[in-house]
Amino acid sequence: MTGAIDTILQGTLLGGLYALFAAGLSLIFGVMRLVNIAHGDLIVLAAYTAFLAVQLTGIDPLSSLIIVVPVMFVIGYALQRGLLNATLGRGILPPLLVTFGLSIIIQNALLQGFSADSRKLLLGPFETASIPLGPDLAIGWFPLLIFATAVVVIAALQALLHRTRIGRAFRAVSDDPETARLYGVDHRHLFAMAMGVALAVVSFAGVFLAIRTNFDPAIGPARLLFAFEAVIIGGLGSLWGTLAGGVILGIAQTVGAKIDPAWQLLAGHIAFLLVLIFRPRGLFPRAVD
Amino acid sequence: MTYRIERATRASRIGLWLLLPILGALLSLPYWTGSADMRLVVEMAYFLALAQMWNLLAGYAGLVSVGQQAYIGLGGYALFALTILAGVPPLAALPLAGLAAALIALPTAFVVFRLRGAYFAIGTWVVAEVFRLVLAQVTALGGGTGMSLPIGIVRAVAESRDGRELVIYYTGIAIAIGAVALVFLLLRSRHGLALTAIRDAEGAAESLGVDNFRTKLWVYLVAAFGGGMIGALIFLQKIRISPDAAFSVGDWTANVIFIVVIGGIGRIEGPIVGTLVFFALRSLLADFGAWYMIILGAVAVVVMLKAPQGLWGLVAERFDLDFFPVRRRVRRLPEA
Repeated sequence: MTGAIDTILQGTLLGGLYALFAAGLSLIFGVMRLVNIAHGDLIVLAAYTAFLAVQLTGIDPLSSLIIVVPVMFVIGYALQRGLLNATLGRGILPPLLVTFGLSIIIQNALLQGFSADSRKLLLGPFETASIPLGPDLAIGWFPLLIFATAVVVIAALQALLHRTRIGRAFRAVSDDPETARLYGVDHRHLFAMAMGVALAVVSFAGVFLAIRTNFDPAIGPARLLFAFEAVIIGGLGSLWGTLAGGVILGIAQTVGAKIDPAWQLLAGHIAFLLVLIFRPRGLFPRAVD
Repeated sequence: MTYRIERATRASRIGLWLLLPILGALLSLPYWTGSADMRLVVEMAYFLALAQMWNLLAGYAGLVSVGQQAYIGLGGYALFALTILAGVPPLAALPLAGLAAALIALPTAFVVFRLRGAYFAIGTWVVAEVFRLVLAQVTALGGGTGMSLPIGIVRAVAESRDGRELVIYYTGIAIAIGAVALVFLLLRSRHGLALTAIRDAEGAAESLGVDNFRTKLWVYLVAAFGGGMIGALIFLQKIRISPDAAFSVGDWTANVIFIVVIGGIGRIEGPIVGTLVFFALRSLLADFGAWYMIILGAVAVVVMLKAPQGLWGLVAERFDLDFFPVRRRVRRLPEA
């Protein structure tokens, strides 16, 4: 019994990380209907940015966020303004193929710059510290921190979308870009801001990923798939749904790993396919694609 | 007033005459070059065939898949399973591997077709991952580390090494030509007309009685069959298979997408031009490691943004060239 509770608890906390992977993807889909295939590689880029910051300045990995978040925001703004805006409004092929090309470019640039060696950010004793809950039950402080961050980030994105001026503009261009433009909304700037915010969120995902596991330039696509699965399981366009989707994916993977370590990824994919078969619009649908 | 419906173009009539020397050179190639060149041509042949399949999917049916490695890998594994476990002769196993891939594609289509556009793309990728993870669990086919084709089966292709290379060479050429011919004939048939209608206006096509779902399903199955057969040939040449090699996104999807995008999506000539450019770039940049993929990716991005019709599209529009006419042109005849 404790084993089952433990599995679900660890899966839920892992889901927090997946929700952080997915929140940025969900946001940019919501604002500009763009599916970014390079999303996973941008998470890895954030991890390497943190790695570089730690190497150069000697700060601890969590504090490196002070550097990584603004750097990724600027990268996101520039990427959208300089490249991705040109792909929008021309059918499905340009955004898809350009972000696919970008994914390959980022992977190989990281390979060229940092080699294929796997890296990890070290956080010291906090990484393994835990709160005992019972005889065979404990919650790690670090997984708890990830989950809490995911909740705070999603609450913050909700507040941004629904309580601020720029959030209102985001929703306006999302609903009707033409009319929003008539009211003086500069959609190019706005899309770039959305991508900046998405990559600021990606920074948290990247730094936590880098502390939690080994990473190398090739692991981006798998993170994209986790993020995508969390978004689809939760239902397109719903941020809290994305958190729920991440948690379901995390639990499925943890349960799978419990049965056989080789089943971890497979169990997650199967949970996703089952949702697709029985609830094709996700569990908490909001937007209509 | 009388009209005539024409399909042939001047370029297609000239192209028929160009075809003869090209075919002659390809068929006689083993007699005037070494095995390194033959292997290169086989590689070009299977990339061309893969590119034709992906172009049919993405360029004509609007099914932008980044998961076609699913069927290439399944085809490769079907070759190993059929020859090792069922004792089928290797060459007979190639079309059977294609059939196996198409058979698995049928139920898969009903799941991934629930996703549209870009979501379809990533959904197909998830499916390919599922196949990779499942095959890594099959110990009879080498599990996660993979396996080599037993020497007895390799000998069944031909006794000598030279003989095997010759057989694989001609099979590769046949599959490439077969893939081009298949796409050409498919597009000229009534299914091709339906596809063009869907591509140009999905809603209008449906209202005129085109069954979108069935047409797309057909294309998906044909592409899976092609992918499976090509995959079987690839791993018959490589002799070794592993889940990571068989279901590689980089090898079987990134390269193929770059070939089609650079050459020209939605044109039969596109993959041919793209394959030539791809292999030229590869030999030029062979010493630059990861820079090769960075440059290839950047070229594809620039082409997609600045010339979405691809390199061949630029040439074709400038000089009005169409070597593979699939359209019908109505021409008014002079009064008698």
